Amino acid sequence: MTMAVMFYLIAFVTLGSAFMMVISKNIFHSALLMLISFIGVAAVYILLHADFLAAVQVLVYAGAITIFIVFGIMFTMKGDPRKTNPFSKNAIPAAVLILLFIVINAVTVIKTVWPFSNIAPPETTVKAIADLMLTKYVVGFEVTAVLLLAAMVGAIVIVKGVKKSS
Amino acid sequence: MIDILMDKFLTIGLEHFLILSGTLFFIGLFAVLAKKNVIAVLMGIEIMFTSVNINLVAFNKYTAAEALLTGHVFAIFVIALAAAEVAVGLALIISIYRQRTSTDVQDFDWLKW
Repeated sequence: MTMAVMFYLIAFVTLGSAFMMVISKNIFHSALLMLISFIGVAAVYILLHADFLAAVQVLVYAGAITIFIVFGIMFTMKGDPRKTNPFSKNAIPAAVLILLFIVINAVTVIKTVWPFSNIAPPETTVKAIADLMLTKYVVGFEVTAVLLLAAMVGAIVIVKGVKKSS
Repeated sequence: MIDILMDKFLTIGLEHFLILSGTLFFIGLFAVLAKKNVIAVLMGIEIMFTSVNINLVAFNKYTAAEALLTGHVFAIFVIALAAAEVAVGLALIISIYRQRTSTDVQDFDWLKW
């Protein structure tokens, strides 16, 4: 019962702030509502017994990515901030399509019979994640490290440009 | 009948998390399709990334617990990719803004003829 109350409260906050993010006319308010939505997703991870992922979610999404987006908004803002985030002319067809998708998704999920497993979740996840990441998925781990380096260099080159050497 | 429905509604299971993450994904997709400002489009993409992570973790807990925490590891990879994506995306947006002084997606039409 408490689980149900917690779940519906968190789902309401997460989905409500995400929806308000879309319909807000001020892009700065959109960024702050996106932050609330990310923190709501971190709470969903705690409901799913994923404590380490909840911490990573708050650090990376609510910390780093929101700050990135706010930087981007401040670099490109001009004019009246209350009119910075309008809808395009596709808004109404997109809304109809999205409502249809949400209904189809909900019906499909409810109708499907899922193969449940009855193993209790582990108490702490950090050690198990570290074991998996540095043994079975070590190649993916290293490739992700190289990708982050490439993304960093690429972002600097795209913004600053390359200096001619001669 | 009503009892069974109330029971389904009040015992939180896999379906609840899947519907939550699916709805969040489509709200993000709505932002991508319907907004004019390119930074709002980027925010919609971020919402879509997070909702996919909820799916991975929920499936890991309810249907694949014998696979240890593979879903968590993949969620961490997705988070790293999202961080890289937002860095490169914002670099592109700022680079384009210098030439066009606009963040309207309608103005980004070099590849259109």
